[in-house]
Amino acid sequence: MISFDAVGVSYADTSDDRDASGHGAPGGSAGGAGTTETTDTTVFSGATFRVPEGELVLVVGPTGSGKSTLLRCINGLVPHFSGGTLHGTVTVAGRDTRTHRPRDLADLVGFVVQDPLSSFVTDTVEEEIAYGMEALGVDATSMRRRVEETLDLLGLADVRGRPLRDLSGGQQQRVAIGAVLAAGPRILVLDEPTSALDPVAAEDVLATLHRLVHDLGITVVVAEHRLERVIHHADHVVLIGDGRVSGLLDPADAMVTSPIYPPIIGLGRALRWSPLPLSIRDARRRASEVRESLALLPAPSPTPARPAALDGELPEGLDGAAVARVDGLSVRRGSVVALRSVSVAVAPGEVVAVMGRNGAGKSTLLSALVGQLRPSAGTVRLGPLDPSGARPAEVVRRAGMVPQDPSLILYAESVAGECTAADRDFGLPRGTTAGVLRRIVPDVDAEQHPRDLSEGQRVSLALAVILASEPDVVLLDEPTRGLDYAAKRRLVALLQQLAATGHAVVLATHDVELAAEVATRVVVLAEGEVVADGSAASVLPGSPAFAPQVSKILHPLHFLTVDQVVAATGAAS
Amino acid sequence: MTPRLGSTPLPRLLHPAAWWAWGVGLAVAASQTTNPLLLALVVAVAAWVVLERREVGATNPLVPFLLVGLFAIGLRVVMVGLLGGGVTGRVVLFRLPEVPLPAWTSGVRIGGAVTLEGLLAALYEGLRLAAILACLGAVNALASPRRLLRYVPATLYEVGTAVVVALTFAPQMVDDAARVRAARRLRGHTGRGLREIGRLAVPVLVGGLERSLDLAASMEARGYGRVVRRSAASTRFAAGLTLVGLLGVVVGLYGLLDATSPAVLGLPMLVVGVLCAGAALVVGARRDPRTRYRRDPWAGPEWLVSLSGLVPAVVLTAGAVLSWPGLVPHQVPAGLPPVPLGMVAAIAVAALPAVAAPVPPLLARSREAAA
Repeated sequence: MISFDAVGVSYADTSDDRDASGHGAPGGSAGGAGTTETTDTTVFSGATFRVPEGELVLVVGPTGSGKSTLLRCINGLVPHFSGGTLHGTVTVAGRDTRTHRPRDLADLVGFVVQDPLSSFVTDTVEEEIAYGMEALGVDATSMRRRVEETLDLLGLADVRGRPLRDLSGGQQQRVAIGAVLAAGPRILVLDEPTSALDPVAAEDVLATLHRLVHDLGITVVVAEHRLERVIHHADHVVLIGDGRVSGLLDPADAMVTSPIYPPIIGLGRALRWSPLPLSIRDARRRASEVRESLALLPAPSPTPARPAALDGELPEGLDGAAVARVDGLSVRRGSVVALRSVSVAVAPGEVVAVMGRNGAGKSTLLSALVGQLRPSAGTVRLGPLDPSGARPAEVVRRAGMVPQDPSLILYAESVAGECTAADRDFGLPRGTTAGVLRRIVPDVDAEQHPRDLSEGQRVSLALAVILASEPDVVLLDEPTRGLDYAAKRRLVALLQQLAATGHAVVLATHDVELAAEVATRVVVLAEGEVVADGSAASVLPGSPAFAPQVSKILHPLHFLTVDQVVAATGAAS
Repeated sequence: MTPRLGSTPLPRLLHPAAWWAWGVGLAVAASQTTNPLLLALVVAVAAWVVLERREVGATNPLVPFLLVGLFAIGLRVVMVGLLGGGVTGRVVLFRLPEVPLPAWTSGVRIGGAVTLEGLLAALYEGLRLAAILACLGAVNALASPRRLLRYVPATLYEVGTAVVVALTFAPQMVDDAARVRAARRLRGHTGRGLREIGRLAVPVLVGGLERSLDLAASMEARGYGRVVRRSAASTRFAAGLTLVGLLGVVVGLYGLLDATSPAVLGLPMLVVGVLCAGAALVVGARRDPRTRYRRDPWAGPEWLVSLSGLVPAVVLTAGAVLSWPGLVPHQVPAGLPPVPLGMVAAIAVAALPAVAAPVPPLLARSREAAA
C-alpha cells in the first residue's frame, strides 16, 4: 500500500526553512540541528519499508526526531507543501509522490493534522465532513449517503448540526477523522491524534481507529507520544531517531530496544519479561507471581518529596501553612458554571495534580489562582493576597503559571533575549533567568528563536521564566503535551526538586502516568466540582480512567510507578 | 415541496437567498420614506418575523443592530441641534450660545436656535437609517451570511472560500488575543496600554500564521483546487463577466435608490448587471467539477418570502418616483405625519413570512415540546 524506498528528507539552510514542515517536526535535538556551517540539514535518511494494506502502523520516536515529517511524506506534503529535498521514492498504491501533489492523493490518503480545530474549513460538523467530497467532485446523491454513513461510523450523528467550536476535544478529533474519511481514502495518516485529549476521549478516538482498521481494512499510520494509549492497538512499529528510520518491526520486538517506551514496557523490562506484554491483560497474566510476592510486603510509601509534617489529609490541618487556598470558589464563563463552590488548599512541598475530563474546570481553577479570572463567589488567597484584585507584578511573586501553550508567555526573538526580558519584568539581577534555565536544560542554544525550540525545551524555557522570581506556588497547565518520556522524566525530577525546596506545585493534567510519578495529592474535578481529593495512592488506582498502567497491572496492590515496583522487588530479592 | 392550500409547510430551513431578498426588499422600502409611522412599521415587521422564524441557537444580531440604529438617531439629533440642519423651522424650542463664524462660512453655524422642525427632520432621517439597519439585522438573524456564502457562484468559489476562512479565523484571533493578554499577567504586566498592545501583536499574529499553515496543509491534503478542467482563458472570462455583472448590479441599485443620479444609472444598469452575472454563472459553472453538498431547494415558500419582501420595495419606490403623498411628510410646519393606507398595506405584506414561511426545524421541535 505504502512503500518507502531509501527515503530521506533534508532542508537547505538552518532553522527558518525547517520550520515550514510543521510543529515539532524537525526543530529539535536530532538530525544535526545546531549545525551552522553546513547548508543541508538532514531530518532522516534511509527509510525503507513497505506497509501492507489494513495495517495499523505506529511511528515512535523522541520529540523532534522527524515523525511529522515522515508522516507528511506519505501524502506528499513533504516536499510539495513544505519545501526541502526528498531523496528516494515514496509510492502510495502505485502513485509516486514525486509526481503527485497532495491534492492528487486526496482520494487515497486522508491526513489529519495535530490540532483539529485549525484544520477545519467550514463551521458545522456536517459541512466539514462534506467539504473534502465537494472538492473531489463526488455527486450530490452519494455525497449525502456517505456523510450519513460517516456520521454513524464515528458516532457523530447527535452533533451533526453543531458548530465545530462548541464540540469537545474528542468530538473535534473525530470530526477531523470523519472529514478525511468521508472522501473514501484507503489510507489514514494521523499526527498525534490523542495528545490533547483526556484518557476517555482518547480511548474513544483510538477505538474508532481500531474499528476502521478491522472492519473496513483501512491502512492507518499514527504518530503518538503517549504510547501507553496506542501500543496495544499497533500491528507494526516504525522507530525513528537520530536521523535513522527502522523498518516495520513487531511492536514487542521494537519495544525491547526503543528509547521511548510506556510504563508497561518499563515494568516488563525491569522484571525481564520476554516477550514483552503490550496490553494490560497480557501483563496481568504475566504478573500474577509478582503480585503474590509483592502482596507479602508492606505497601509502598507515597512519593518521597512529601514532607512528613504535611501528611494529614484534611485541609483544616494545613490552614496555617497553606500558600494558596480557594474557599467556596465559583466561576462563571458566559452561561457555563466552570467551577462550583470548590475548596482546595495547597501547602508548601505539595505537588497537586488536578485531573478531570476536558472542560471539567481544571484550567479555570489555575487561572483563578493567578487572578486571570474574577470569582463569581468565594475567595482565592495566595497567602494573604487576593490575586484577582492585586497588581500582576505582586501576583507573580507568589504564584507563577506556565500556560498550556508555553509560547503564550514567550515574546522575545531569542532564548537569551527572553531571559533578559524576564529579568527586567520581574526586577531580578541580570542573568537570574538564564541561570535557572541552565539548571533545567543545560544545552539550549541561546541564539535560537523560542518557537524553533523543541516542545520540551520550550516548556523548560517558560518554566525558567516563571521560576526565576521564585514564586511560592508554581502552576502548570498540561505540561507534558508533546513531551516524550525522556523530557517528561526530566520534568518530573525538576518538579520533585521544586517541592523538596518548599515550593508548592499545582498541575492540571490528563497524563495519569505523570500524576502517578510526581503528585503527592490528586484532586479530581467533574462539571466544576471536586469529586475526589486525596493522596495519589488513594485516588488514582480506584478510577478506571485515571489509573496508571502499573496500578492496573498490579491491582489490588497500591503500586503506581515502575520505580516503586523496582524498589520493592529489589528489597524482596 | 409546494405547500397544499390551508396547510402550513413542513418545518425546514429556508433558502438563505430568499431571506436576503426579503430583507433587502424591506430595507429598500425603508430607504424611500421618512414617514416615521411607516418606518416604525418596517422595524415592527422585521422584529416580528425574527421572533417567529429565527432558528433556535442562531445568533441574534437584530438587537445590536437596533442599538446602533438608536445611536444613529441620537447622534443625528444632537448634531442637528448643535450645527443646524437644512430645515429652518419656525418653532424655536431654545437657543444655544452661538459661536460667531466669519461671513464666508455662510450656511454653517455652531449653536444658535434649535427648532422643533429641525429636530423632527433629524429624528426622521435617523429613524430611516435605523429602520434599514433593523432590516439587515433581521436578515442576519434569519439566515447567517455564512449560509448565503455557500451559494456564491462557482466562478467565485475561491473568493467565497477565502471569506469563509476569514470568518472562521476572526473569532479565533480574538480568542487568541484574549489569551495572550491574560498571559501577560503571568509576566507581571497588566496587558493594558499602547506598548503592551505592540507586545501582544507578535504572538497573536504568529499564532494566526501557524494556524493558517495548518489549515493550508489540511486543505491541500483534502484536495482543494484539485481538478481544474477549465482553461485559464475561460476562467478569466467568467470571472471578468461576474465582476462586471456585480458592479452593474451595485451601480444599478445605487442609481435606483439615489434620486439625484441620472436615470440611465438606475434600472437599465441593474438589468445589464443581472444579465452579465447570470451569464457568468452559466459560463463558470458549466465546467466546474466540484459538487455542492445539500443545497437548499428553491420552492414555493422561497418565492413567497422573497416576493413578500419585494412588494413593499416596488410599491414604495414607485411612490417615491411618482411622489405620492405621505411618503415624505412635510417638515414645515411640524405636524402629525399622515397615514398612507396603501403603503401601510404594502409593508404589511412583508410580515407574511411570520405566519406563512416554514418554521425552522429546531424551533418547530421546541414549540412542539412546549405545547
